Amino acid sequence: MKIGYYPGCTLKSRAKNLEDAAIASLARLNVEAVELERWNCCGAVYSLADDDLIHLLAPVRDLIRAKDQGFDKVLTLCSMCYNTLARANLLMKDDEEKRNTINTFMEEESDYAGEVEVVHMLNFLRDEIGWEKLRQVVKHPLADLKLAPYYGCTLTRPREVTIDPAVNPVIFKDFVEALGATFVNFDHATECCSSYQMISNPETALKTASEIIASAQSQNADALILSCPLCEYNLGRRQDAILEKHGGLKPLPTYYFTQLLAVALGLEPSVCRFDLNPPTSAQLLQQKGLLAQTAA
Amino acid sequence: MSDQGTLALEEETPKVEAKLIPVYIMGKKYEVPESLTIMKAMEYAGYKFIRGAGCRGGICGACGTVYRLPGDYHIRVGLACQTVVVPNMYLTQIPFFPANRAVYNWKDLKGEAEEVYKVYPELFRCLACNACSKVCPMDIPVMDYIAAIKRGDLEKAAEISFDCIQCGLCATRCMGELAQYHIAQMVRRIRGKFLTPPSEHCEKQVEAIKSGYYNQYLDELKALGALDPKAMDKVTAEIKKLKTLYNERQMEPDTAEDDWTPESDYALLK
Amino acid sequence: MPIVISDQTVIQDFVRKVEEISGEKISKCMQCGTCTGSCPMIAEMQISPRRIVLLTKFGQQEQVTGANTVWLCASCHTCLVRCPRGLDLPKVMEAIRLVTLRMNENYIEPFEIDSETIEDLPPIALVSCFRKHTA
Repeated sequence: MKIGYYPGCTLKSRAKNLEDAAIASLARLNVEAVELERWNCCGAVYSLADDDLIHLLAPVRDLIRAKDQGFDKVLTLCSMCYNTLARANLLMKDDEEKRNTINTFMEEESDYAGEVEVVHMLNFLRDEIGWEKLRQVVKHPLADLKLAPYYGCTLTRPREVTIDPAVNPVIFKDFVEALGATFVNFDHATECCSSYQMISNPETALKTASEIIASAQSQNADALILSCPLCEYNLGRRQDAILEKHGGLKPLPTYYFTQLLAVALGLEPSVCRFDLNPPTSAQLLQQKGLLAQTAA
Repeated sequence: MSDQGTLALEEETPKVEAKLIPVYIMGKKYEVPESLTIMKAMEYAGYKFIRGAGCRGGICGACGTVYRLPGDYHIRVGLACQTVVVPNMYLTQIPFFPANRAVYNWKDLKGEAEEVYKVYPELFRCLACNACSKVCPMDIPVMDYIAAIKRGDLEKAAEISFDCIQCGLCATRCMGELAQYHIAQMVRRIRGKFLTPPSEHCEKQVEAIKSGYYNQYLDELKALGALDPKAMDKVTAEIKKLKTLYNERQMEPDTAEDDWTPESDYALLK
Repeated sequence: MPIVISDQTVIQDFVRKVEEISGEKISKCMQCGTCTGSCPMIAEMQISPRRIVLLTKFGQQEQVTGANTVWLCASCHTCLVRCPRGLDLPKVMEAIRLVTLRMNENYIEPFEIDSETIEDLPPIALVSCFRKHTA
């Protein structure tokens, strides 16, 4: 099976671990993720101004690429890219006036009316592969690992694009259990990590992010699973600053969901690129005996 | 005098009437011959260039020109020295635009994308609106190379922006207020120094020159005889010898096979 | 804090602009305060989201645009999914931000971020921050 794949800027640099693990895992599941040609940055956030169309050009152009290159579905890994592309797609489908204006303006591109479906890897796994099949393909169940999946904002809000019901989503729970791990529920699973505020208002952002770590730890989670490079920055890479400012918290390893998928499928640790995670990530897996060879 | 030869006109060259067409230079109408380039047309109209002209050969980027045609909202671009006038062209030059040019210490760089981000953070304001690509007189997809730099692919960006002549028209149209061409220049420099493999044969040659390997051959050339600076117009024996040497030098033919070797290894680095 | 209603303090144009940019009818809000209760950034906000909507209804441009509320908003959309009236508060927040941004006043300047921070940040952070906080 082939599917169009939209990486997003960060997956080619800082979040290469999210990408490499995903591509390898999909290959193991007999899915070829074909990267779109000539894609551009989607803008990371969906423009919320009703009169603003210029910020829609970027995501719409990527959807046009997917359509022109013959894909009826485009797969995303980054939650923010998923959200931006999905919302832009809905607009092109539903709003005739704006659709016409955008199509007329982008005269150098083909016309687009929402023909491509935007999917995130989690709902792709659920709908196209199925949890049962995934369970069967898992080689090394992640037993003895208590995982707290963190959705963040953009996978489940707003309702029109959510990958699962916005209140009490279960898709990540099903994913964790299909990998043989223990699911840990915590009340901050869909709370915002503070997103771009880590740049503009870092003190407030660190405080907000610390509440998520605290909440997951209060439920005795071994690790946090993430889908978004910005969440990973706020909760993973900046965790040292969080731990420093908010005493009483222990380090909490963070992983992208695709990395744990790759480990469970028995793939080479090198595809997981643990070198891009904080050191605690690889350490935890080694302790639990889940890294077959030395971590790369 | 005969070997120099002056052209003797045997007959009068026939007079050609140039057809005049209207063009609007900075809003004012002029009638100019239709076969002229914009640059020549502006000079025909009486403008004297002290900015906005350079190589006159399409490569220096000084003469970026923006124009419109009647009844058409599209903004068109071209280099004044290369673009031929069309009737009712409504044009202006943009010889300079105050685009941000970062100051950085070349010696501090290690060739990483983050180094570009540090001095040009406005790079992330790009909206992918494509206005820059549309205005590039060299048909470079500017948006594409900015997208490549945003995702850390400096090699690709350097490749795409290779033909850039630094005219600055992209920066004039940019909504994010980026200076795309300055950013790309930094990226190309990084690629040249850090990403492309070092040129080993060049380094070897430089070593050879420094170690004096070529000095004997240079001395042999000098031994042909001294040229009299006061009599350079005379075709002296020395000049004849040099010309012969030059014309008979070994050259690898354009269609040489991979295994071509020179007949003599005189002055070649072994 | 009392709201003074007078022709000097009520700026009709502000309400109109916010409604136009957001596409939302501010009068939908019934002031239940669920948005405030859901907001992850509430701790540092000078004026709560609920009160921002109230003040906007009364055209109190100076108070609304002068508070840090809209600049602390992380566009998490929790308020939207919980609002009993379905008011798209994220859009209202964006509209209020844009009233300032479109006057060419950025909340953050790219060149003010120190180099080490830029080096450390992933592109996604810089792109989203500049989209929300610069014009």
